[in-house]
Amino acid sequence: MADEIKIGAYICQGCGIGDRVDTAQLAQVAQRDAKASIVREHAFLCNAEGVKMIQDDIDNEGVNRVAICACSRRAKTEAFNFEGVAITRGNLREGVIWIRPDTDEARETTQDMADDYVRMAVTEAKYMTPPKGDDNTKYTPKVLIVGGGVSGMTAAVEAAKAGYQCTIVEKSGALGGAAAKAWKRIPQHAPYADPEDTGVAELIKAVEESDKITVHLNSHLTKTSGAPGRFSADITTESGSTTTENFGAIVQASGYFEYDARQLPELGYGKSANVVTQAELDAMAKEADGGPIKTKDGKEVNSVAFIQCAGQRSEKEGHLPYCSGHCCLTSIKQAMYFKDQNPDIDTNVIYTDLRTPGAGGEDFYRSGQQKGITFTKGAVSEVVASGDALEVKFKDLILDEDTSEKVDLVVLATGQVPNSGVDIEAMAAVVEGEEDGAEPEEPTAVQVPVESILNLTYRQGPDVPHLKYGFNDSHFICFPYETRRTGIYTTGPVRRPMDMQQAIEDATGAAMKAIQAIENAAKGRAAHPRSGDLSFPSFRREGCTQCKRCTVECPFGAIDEDEERYPQFNEERCRRCGTCMGACPVRVISFENYSVDSVGQQLKIVDIPDEFEEKPRILALACENDAYPALDMAAMNKVEYSAFVRVIPVRCLGSVNLIWITDALNSGYDGVVMMGCQKGENYQCHFVRGSEIAHVRMSKVDDTLQSLSLEPERVSVHEVAITDIERAPALINEMAETIEKIGMSPFKF
Amino acid sequence: MSKKEYSFYPGCSSQKGASASNYQVSVDSMCDVLDIKLNEIPDWNCCSASIGYAGGGVLPRLALSARNMALSEQAHGDQDIVATCAACWLATRETKERLLHDEALMKDTNEALAAGGLKVEAKQNVRHMVEVLIEDFGYDGLAKNVKKPLDGIKIAGYVGCQTNRPFGIAGESFENPKYLDKLIETMGAEPVENYDKKVSCCGGALIFSEPEKSHALIKDIIEAAYDGGADMIVTPCPVCQLNVEAYQDQINAKYKTKFNMPVVYYSQLMSVAYGKSGKEAGLDGQVIAARKLEEIAGK
Amino acid sequence: MSTMNQAKVEKYRNDFLKEVTANVEEGEWVKMCMQCGVCAGSCPFGPYWEHPPQEIFMMIRAGKREEVLTSTSMWMCTSCYNCIARCPRELPITHIMHGLAHYADRLGLAPKNQPTRKFANLFWNNLTKKGRANELKLGIALYFMNGFIEGIKTALKMQKMGLNMFKTKRLSPMELLGGHGIKDTGGLHAILKKAREIELANAEKFNG
Ligand code: SF4
Ligand code: SF4
Ligand code: SF4
Ligand code: SF4
Repeated sequence: MADEIKIGAYICQGCGIGDRVDTAQLAQVAQRDAKASIVREHAFLCNAEGVKMIQDDIDNEGVNRVAICACSRRAKTEAFNFEGVAITRGNLREGVIWIRPDTDEARETTQDMADDYVRMAVTEAKYMTPPKGDDNTKYTPKVLIVGGGVSGMTAAVEAAKAGYQCTIVEKSGALGGAAAKAWKRIPQHAPYADPEDTGVAELIKAVEESDKITVHLNSHLTKTSGAPGRFSADITTESGSTTTENFGAIVQASGYFEYDARQLPELGYGKSANVVTQAELDAMAKEADGGPIKTKDGKEVNSVAFIQCAGQRSEKEGHLPYCSGHCCLTSIKQAMYFKDQNPDIDTNVIYTDLRTPGAGGEDFYRSGQQKGITFTKGAVSEVVASGDALEVKFKDLILDEDTSEKVDLVVLATGQVPNSGVDIEAMAAVVEGEEDGAEPEEPTAVQVPVESILNLTYRQGPDVPHLKYGFNDSHFICFPYETRRTGIYTTGPVRRPMDMQQAIEDATGAAMKAIQAIENAAKGRAAHPRSGDLSFPSFRREGCTQCKRCTVECPFGAIDEDEERYPQFNEERCRRCGTCMGACPVRVISFENYSVDSVGQQLKIVDIPDEFEEKPRILALACENDAYPALDMAAMNKVEYSAFVRVIPVRCLGSVNLIWITDALNSGYDGVVMMGCQKGENYQCHFVRGSEIAHVRMSKVDDTLQSLSLEPERVSVHEVAITDIERAPALINEMAETIEKIGMSPFKF
Repeated sequence: MSKKEYSFYPGCSSQKGASASNYQVSVDSMCDVLDIKLNEIPDWNCCSASIGYAGGGVLPRLALSARNMALSEQAHGDQDIVATCAACWLATRETKERLLHDEALMKDTNEALAAGGLKVEAKQNVRHMVEVLIEDFGYDGLAKNVKKPLDGIKIAGYVGCQTNRPFGIAGESFENPKYLDKLIETMGAEPVENYDKKVSCCGGALIFSEPEKSHALIKDIIEAAYDGGADMIVTPCPVCQLNVEAYQDQINAKYKTKFNMPVVYYSQLMSVAYGKSGKEAGLDGQVIAARKLEEIAGK
Repeated sequence: MSTMNQAKVEKYRNDFLKEVTANVEEGEWVKMCMQCGVCAGSCPFGPYWEHPPQEIFMMIRAGKREEVLTSTSMWMCTSCYNCIARCPRELPITHIMHGLAHYADRLGLAPKNQPTRKFANLFWNNLTKKGRANELKLGIALYFMNGFIEGIKTALKMQKMGLNMFKTKRLSPMELLGGHGIKDTGGLHAILKKAREIELANAEKFNG
């Protein structure tokens, strides 16, 4: 490809653009102001003829930058998909004609808007190179699976079926995990009426018979380094011998610990041997193997009470605040152990809310009722031993009275505590606190023995970050399995509490993700959410001051430090969010197709009318994942907004470099609106922490404003969801009103 | 259209000198126009309505309806059983369903019937008169016979409980059945839109044992009709009709209201719209005269 | 039967539930209630129930035999079938209420002066005598069901309504002199007698 930049600008007249704006003028603007080499108008650019026209210019005229001035970059992506060239889009349809009224007064400002979007599209093209891709990639079709329980084995079997080599590392001496200790499982097949065989034996058999799966028992990971496509793991046995292997991706299925029931003395645990946990009951049932279940002293159980949410869904100190999801169904299953063996055994499940999720949950509940299990809505206060029986004291919440029942056995439905390794963020906070000389923070309520699971060599810490309550994951709903460590996927109860059925489905999904990561890494392509992006960040070594901002702020731990303490980018770990680029105070980080200039020059080419024309200019930087689509949808719904705004999509609010704001204000913009995704605990940010980091960064914008003697209202930062179809335009209009109130910027030339 | 014949179960309240005798008069007039022949089940007995449960157990209660079905099978086994009373229909239909779904019950019931020399198969359809109208004639078919459209009358269609639940009319919802409104419209009158108490309970048989509590329910039913601008209430059920019409004096005394709301049967509306006289439409049986209907009938 | 009245039940055990299952119409459904409370909120006489159906079902499961069977609650059912139409678990609640009332009455545990209990029995006796309900006799019996003086008072209160019904020929004085009835009363009585026998025998079988 020719090194010389040759820009073709194409202006569409279709979809009403030709009726609403003077496209001949746009063509002139493209040529004269933005310096496009070839400019063409077309009546219907996305049709075969229009597309061919562009392709011809690429083939015959040497056009290597294509600026399509038509609809939104989110529309017609298939038609406008040209190989080997950089493509930019000027949004004349959703960005201009659909959000402006078709009136005579509006005509001039609408044309101004279109002129600017053409200038911007051509300028952006000028500062972009078509990404060449990473040529140092590796293809390692091997998945490392940490944990040999149901989740881990399922992931292995599924990945093996798809043709990938798998290695399971299990710390205990046998496969099967928690599930292997259960007598039966919650049914997974219609009619969902009876407990089913756990299926663990078959799963183990499938693992053992597969020629693609290797199992390391009594082993754990002592060191994990590298990146997707080229992970290296040290697998160490109990006796201390270590083997090192390479993998393409990692599935972490490290499971859970049972909550320590000794923290529930009021429920009699530890005081009476006849108060047991669900796990212990399953072991008792396994021992009885269909015969009468017996207490520790060998007595047959004739009556049993199940206490739901024991130490769960409770804000009390030492309790779990969350619901473990499976335990209601597990109690039904276990009550059936008794009823199926002898229907005359009295079984009472005492719950505050009975939760029976899943396809067959309700059926299973009803089957339990059919079998004569009593379900009592009640809150248990105490279990006391009285004679050789136990007295369960509770408040019946339907009959609204304090009452009690005498039973032989009490089963506590205690919860799952994730085995999620080291909480690296808490660790970092402690370290930072120590550095600052501040007191370390109070430890959180539930403490589990903390040993690292992965022992990652990443500078951010040895394990995958925790999200909530110690479970590790990124967003539960939007991006399941994704963690903040690219190519490492968590699955099963380490990610959120779940039962066997859910773990199986979950592990299948994680296996698929791992396969994707392997394939993407080999081709140098980004993973979710910029799937397929071939660009990656690079930095200008000479300019770098080694401030470490990029390494610290990268939400995905993609950047290490080399021996000379310069940042070392691991392209395969990178999600292409641009947060590092936004962070860099000396602006040396850039992508081929996204850089400080590709945005900075766009905002500078915008025509800034002088103060007396009464045409203010607002810069809107909108996240391409949520805010920009919201604006597009607003346009589809013909929601109007100010003609004075110029919207530039950004990869993530985290990629916004302060220089853009300073430049905009210096060159006479009257206001800047920034829109990113929801941040914080229930974040929607597609790059997890990008929006949060941007908010912190932008809190410093006040200094800039002050130094320019500008009003603080001129810059606003918002969290916008994709559904904010009315609100996103309203935020822009708000800024327009603010400017009307406080007046135009004095920085116009 | 040719004559349609049904095996008819009139029920106690429709007998001469009983509380719904005027209902029967209007049904006869309506059937006359529609060319329906109702063949009374010979020697039918009471169904025990919804209140027989205390004295009778399950089986004696079901045996009552089973006896009626057995007699119907003997006399006109090839015809559908039709009832005009909601409670009669419900009791008979329920018996049929339960016998067909429970073999043991069928056996026990036949054992009991045998003591009276009878035997039941429970194969006939058991239908309420409104089902016959809607399904066998259709609204269009019913409209054809209208001679005097009931112009200018606004009517609250009070469906009540037992034609509506638990079986109901096919295709209608429990919470907002539309058939009565459609019937009102078909006769040229205007239904009250969103009649608030359309499917509320009137107290049923408990009007006798719990009169105060029932009056409170009835008060709301009438009040809602007034709120909707109704000139009268129409119902498909003799219990509803009696309860809502006959106790207005007592309700007025207790609640200081001035209710004077006529309550008629759908068959009375139809008879008048079909050109029958006030007497033929059973309007002389109203405790509260339905003046607007009388006017049209008198024209 | 009388031995049943002293039946001992332990709290939250299946004993009373089993008794109900065996003896009460549709009683096998009681265990299927999921305590959502929709029935309680759907009942026209809701405010007057000592324990709405939801609670009755829980009480059965909690073993509150005495309290359930002596309750006035199930006598509040007007047979509107609203609860049945709405119950997400499709319990035949109306029938269960009728069944419980009947069972309590049969055991002699139902409250003696509960008006619906009295009326329902009157009605049954009235209709079974001649095969059809005699509204006048039923009415008169009803007025006097709480004794003579009360009866006169009620009759006076109801006088106007009665007169209205006479006037419109919807209540006939002829009914006093016999009135409507079926021909084959003998057959009917035989059927009912047999039906009751079978029913009691079935319950015995269940109760072992
Ligand atoms: S933020 Fe910039 S200056 Fe600092 S280490 Fe990263 S690249 Fe270098
Ligand atoms: S901050 Fe984003 S773009 Fe930069 S290295 Fe990390 S993942 Fe890649
Ligand atoms: S059928 Fe009986 S229990 Fe059910 S809502 Fe109606 S009155 Fe209440
Ligand atoms: S509506 Fe049904 S499930 Fe709900 S409380 Fe009533 S009986 Fe139980």
